[in-house]
Amino acid sequence: MLLTFPLVGVRFNPVENIIQWRWRNLALVGIGAFVLSALWRWALARREMVMVSAAGQSSFRQRSIWDNRTLRWSVGGGVVAGLVVVPWLVSTYQTNIFISFLLYVILGVGLNIVVGVAGLLFLGYAAFYAIGAYAYALLNHYLGWGFWAVLPLGGALAAVAGVLLAFPVLRLRGDYLAIVTLGFGEIVRLVLENWSSFTGGPSGISNIDRPGLFGQELSVAGTNIYIYYIVLAMTLLTLVVAERLKDSRVGRALQALREDEVACQAMGIDRVGVKLMAFGLGTAWAGFAGVIFAAKTTFINPASFTFFESAIILSIVVLGGMGSNWGVILGAAFLVLLPEYLRAFSEYRMILFAVAMVLMMVFRPQGMIPARSRQYPVEDAEREEGGR
Amino acid sequence: MDLQYFFELTLSGLTRGSIYALIAIGYTMVYGIIELINFAHGEVYMIGAFTGLIVAGILGTMGFPLPAILVLAALVAMLYCAGYGYTIEKIAYKPLRQAGRLSPLISAIGMSLFLQNYVILVQTSDFVPFPSLIPEFAFLEPIAHIFGSSDFLIVVVSAVLMAGLTVFIKYTKIGKAMRATAQNRKMALLLGVDADRIISVTFIIGSALAAVGGVLIASHVGMVNFAIGFIAGIKAFTAAVLGGIGSLPGAMLGGLFLGLAESFGAGYISSDYEDVFAFSLLVIFLIFRPSGIMGKAKVEKV
Repeated sequence: MLLTFPLVGVRFNPVENIIQWRWRNLALVGIGAFVLSALWRWALARREMVMVSAAGQSSFRQRSIWDNRTLRWSVGGGVVAGLVVVPWLVSTYQTNIFISFLLYVILGVGLNIVVGVAGLLFLGYAAFYAIGAYAYALLNHYLGWGFWAVLPLGGALAAVAGVLLAFPVLRLRGDYLAIVTLGFGEIVRLVLENWSSFTGGPSGISNIDRPGLFGQELSVAGTNIYIYYIVLAMTLLTLVVAERLKDSRVGRALQALREDEVACQAMGIDRVGVKLMAFGLGTAWAGFAGVIFAAKTTFINPASFTFFESAIILSIVVLGGMGSNWGVILGAAFLVLLPEYLRAFSEYRMILFAVAMVLMMVFRPQGMIPARSRQYPVEDAEREEGGR
Repeated sequence: MDLQYFFELTLSGLTRGSIYALIAIGYTMVYGIIELINFAHGEVYMIGAFTGLIVAGILGTMGFPLPAILVLAALVAMLYCAGYGYTIEKIAYKPLRQAGRLSPLISAIGMSLFLQNYVILVQTSDFVPFPSLIPEFAFLEPIAHIFGSSDFLIVVVSAVLMAGLTVFIKYTKIGKAMRATAQNRKMALLLGVDADRIISVTFIIGSALAAVGGVLIASHVGMVNFAIGFIAGIKAFTAAVLGGIGSLPGAMLGGLFLGLAESFGAGYISSDYEDVFAFSLLVIFLIFRPSGIMGKAKVEKV
């Protein structure tokens, strides 16, 4: 690190193309770099120490307050109840923010199935979001289909697309997969942008119908609240499914595959089948979220589905904790709600996320709320045996 | 007429291909040694272009002659990017050397996003015009409309750099150590190769080459922007995969192949889908021949 220090100090290049020296910035950067590099070295050293001390301890987890089932349920119920009354307490604008927060929770949880549980790095998630959104927009535009008809269809379409994409690339190792999905995401976006006669090109599709409530006309604010409830229900459904999935047969097979593919094959796990299922299950949620997104904004264009979007969803998953759904909620809260309330920092938003991603990987790869695998208490079993 | 069109496409394909090859070398070298896709590599290329722009701006107002500006800009960009490459490796990858496969990849993506936003913050998010630094060569006058001096310079410079690199890897001590580390890092360590140093050198060389590519292409196209690194990075990676990742001649060949394919695809089919060709090629290659043109199929050991 000592070696890099002069570089860190000098490498910042605060000159505009019309020559405008910014010596003050340079000095600030120099001081900042010095402090940061000292911090960095201290953190690295600390990490080593923690690793050494952790190696000596047993891996048994302390029983925490969250193990109490009733408490967990009541807190969960309280949060849901709180979310249910939110739209009546806050303005339409705030409700909108909450809708996008919940949308990102759905997306994050969906991506989490692929990235966190199955350990397959997936960089084109926004493409499936786009597939869902465009499915609704196009079907609505050309055929006049309604929201409820397209919602399951959008999810199904995205799932089918996910499986089709996954089928050929599953033989590849993780890092190739990342690039292929990235390429796929770009292809989808480019096609949407260039196929002007069908998709409206870069200007997108507008005047998409809002979802109907048994044929009743709702005001704009009313629809907003209505959509909020749809998203909330969808989020809860997603969470329940994803949580149940983790401990199911498929979920456990996926986690095992993440750890060691060869051993899994030896144990008789159908590698391709299980991974396909992960892709289908993961991308379907993006499709649902896309349909809802299109219905909410009533206007979509390819600019909403760039790699940037995929990167945001990925950082939600990474920051929250890969494989942990509660972590995803927290991550989405950080990435969507914080910037809304800290408008002053919006310029620095993305750069902070990027830094957080790198730091997270170096110092806390398990995320803010680490994933826990289901544990089967051993001492109870022993007691039973002893009593017999 | 048709033949001339064909030649035009071939030549523009060659120009593009050389640039892709220059960047692809960085990917392939890093992948060969630590088996990591360095997502931030495209951003290093972009930073190279920006550094070149700044240096050219300063020297331009001081009244240097054109060739001197070009050479100096390229050299400074190389130096800076080498520093960036070195720093990126130290910060984002070195602490993760022992971690699984996923962590360094995510850290690389984070680094790439960081560099993009860093450039937006300290420079600008708009397109910036790049001065045309390449002098007109008199002997290219008759064919200047299809193969200008900038194309010529790009092809020649990349060819020279690649030849130099091949010699470097083949005959110097560091080159030998690099090949040894790529083959088997543990064994190389046992034999007294300082693997950490070799990895740093790899990043430095790769980044310097990307910087040259950045300055040349920026002066050819005449525009730079914070996002140029992203697309160029993916395409160069495609080139590296086409040629067989981890193999140097493969990266060069893959770059040329991709450049030609894109040029013909855009010329004969549709220029709207120019980028789609590259990605489709990538997907097709990964599916049917993941080891690339020059690569050997690798048997995965347990």
